[in-house]
Amino acid sequence: MKRIISGWHILVAALREIFDEAAYARFLDRAGMASSSEAYSAFRREFEEAKVRRPKCC
Amino acid sequence: MNKTLKILGWGVVALLGAVAVGTVAVHRGEPINALWLVVAATCCYALGYRFYSKFIAVKILALDGLRATPAERLENGRDFLVTNKWVVFGHHFAAIAGPGPLVGPVLAAQFGYLPGTMWVLAGAVFAGCVQDFVILLFSVRRDGKSLTEMAKSEIGRVGGFVAYVAVIAILIILLGVAALIVVNALKSSPWGTFTIAMTMPIAVLMGVYLRRIRPGKVLEVSALGFVLVLAAIWGGQYVSQNAALARVFTFSAPTLAILIMVYGFAASALPVWLLLAPRDYLSTFVKLGTIALLGVGIVALHPTLHMPALTRFVDGTGPVFAGKIFPFAFITIACGAISGFHALISSGTTPKLIARETETRMVGYGAMMCESAVAIMAIIAACVVQPGIYFSINSPAGIVGQTPAAAAATISSWGFPVTAADMQALAHAVGEQTLYNRTGGAPAFAVGMAHIFSHSLGGETLMALWYHFAIMFEALFILTILDAGTRVARFMVQDALGHVYKPLGRTSWYPSILGTSALIVAAWGYFLWQGVKDPLGGINSLWPLFGISNQLLATVALCVATTIIIKMHRAKYAAVTLVPLAWLVAVTFTASWQKMFDPNPRVGFLAQAQALATGPATSVTGRLIFNNRLDAAVTGVLVVMVTLVLVESGRQWWGILRGTREAPVKEAPFVRTRLVEERG
Repeated sequence: MKRIISGWHILVAALREIFDEAAYARFLDRAGMASSSEAYSAFRREFEEAKVRRPKCC
Repeated sequence: MNKTLKILGWGVVALLGAVAVGTVAVHRGEPINALWLVVAATCCYALGYRFYSKFIAVKILALDGLRATPAERLENGRDFLVTNKWVVFGHHFAAIAGPGPLVGPVLAAQFGYLPGTMWVLAGAVFAGCVQDFVILLFSVRRDGKSLTEMAKSEIGRVGGFVAYVAVIAILIILLGVAALIVVNALKSSPWGTFTIAMTMPIAVLMGVYLRRIRPGKVLEVSALGFVLVLAAIWGGQYVSQNAALARVFTFSAPTLAILIMVYGFAASALPVWLLLAPRDYLSTFVKLGTIALLGVGIVALHPTLHMPALTRFVDGTGPVFAGKIFPFAFITIACGAISGFHALISSGTTPKLIARETETRMVGYGAMMCESAVAIMAIIAACVVQPGIYFSINSPAGIVGQTPAAAAATISSWGFPVTAADMQALAHAVGEQTLYNRTGGAPAFAVGMAHIFSHSLGGETLMALWYHFAIMFEALFILTILDAGTRVARFMVQDALGHVYKPLGRTSWYPSILGTSALIVAAWGYFLWQGVKDPLGGINSLWPLFGISNQLLATVALCVATTIIIKMHRAKYAAVTLVPLAWLVAVTFTASWQKMFDPNPRVGFLAQAQALATGPATSVTGRLIFNNRLDAAVTGVLVVMVTLVLVESGRQWWGILRGTREAPVKEAPFVRTRLVEERG
């Protein structure tokens, strides 16, 4: 049972990382902000420049 | 006891793998069950991972769990971040899994299921996984440096320059081919076009939701977007059945090509938060879900493969693309076996997230194995349909004839019986007007996927929905690559132009954004237009060109890897990268030579230009001749550049081995990790 729960946590963590939710949480933590429309806009501004440069494979 | 059990267990895996590979290889005549391919692949991957990757990790790379990685040493909470290995694995797989492993194997299925399967298995275990693994580790040991930076510092300035140009060339050719696949999938298809059109307002809705209603809840909004996309697929059938609406969403190939170019330009030049970022999330969500669904479906339903192991087209006369198994099967299937593009991901985001060196094995080697498994699924999807249907969908009208009756007669004469009535019934079942001349691989894959699922979930009545789900999945996926790729290429060009005139390098300066966006879109749009106008369907010329450029980039990556291995005084093990390198050089150089100079007009670009010049002139003859000469020139330039890298690398190796050249290892200094103590 423990293994299943641990596997589930890892799956959720992976999905949160792939879908940038974890990056947003780290941004809020670093900037000392609470989640809001403005905070998310600021996160996207900071994040976009780096993310759009990442190649994705064919 | 434990050790004996382990030996016994691996012995069973090896035996099972040998039986499965043997069955796949020697079985002839009767159709074979897809499970043989699944078992062969599973056993090969298990053995490759357990033994070969461990050998590389221990004997060559000497992975050191005590050495701090850049994620730990340079952690900044943004790019560099210590991350759980399974999370990095998922992240890496999501980045390397594109449409390539789905399209290439479908096209190569014209040779039968055997060549593609063998190349995907051997190529992945001995070449692709190795490349991804070693490049990832070398990047980790160099503070997350990119492939172009490593090529420059380890081989020389030529290496860095060639890698840079190869990346731009691959991106442009890839984007042109990818757009062509979408055009061929959506032309004269109101249902498919409506579904894809609907993803745009859905993405805008997701963007507003993310920004205003529930900021940052990406998974939640992606699930919501997915439900809306399913609703759009469902609604598409009513659009296709309504004459007025169907007219609105029915486009010819040239019109679709223009629309996609306009979309590509807008996507590159406009702010991304409203449309592109949510679509990217939606595409990733659909991609991961569909791959998982297809994997489960194939294992659970284990369909029968109707395509023979080898077809008559091994002689190079295939209708999907011309050319013999060697070298063309090996450049047609890149991403499922070895792809140079992966080296960019392995030296991009991933090395900055790895917590410990020992995890590079699982992430680099393991994620590529999963990508290879996706290619095996694509081979199965292409081979479950009757060969006559496969060739009807994938053959251009220029080869099989302009009318359904002529196409059916030609394909039947090859020994793959099919009738115009069969094709009409199939088109009706999937909700299309016709399935002839749908080159590019996406429609054939969609028919295969619909065929697999309709035999269990919903039966024939849901076949049209499954087909359009698969088309939506591929088109959405490819459009995401188009907009992301255009932006990446734009940034690369802006970076380079910034050295000539500083403001051009500023990514916020609008004249530069518009100019470079137009330049990139014009470049891939040219290849797209060329493909749309090509009487042989475009894929025949453009997919090999893409495969050659992708494999040439892999050649550069393996040169870098071999150079570093020799510098590490592990020359006696250099064959691990040298053998795949030699194979790729043989494949890509032969393919390039044949594409340029083969006297058969269906294979050689120059021969085709010559045939056009001496044939009856039409309004487009001049342009077609120019296109063929341009393709030959692009191939030639790429080969010359990679030859320079090979010569430069060879000089390095020779000098180091003879002791006349210094071999400094340009790794970041060793710093002991603190993570071991922290983890107790």
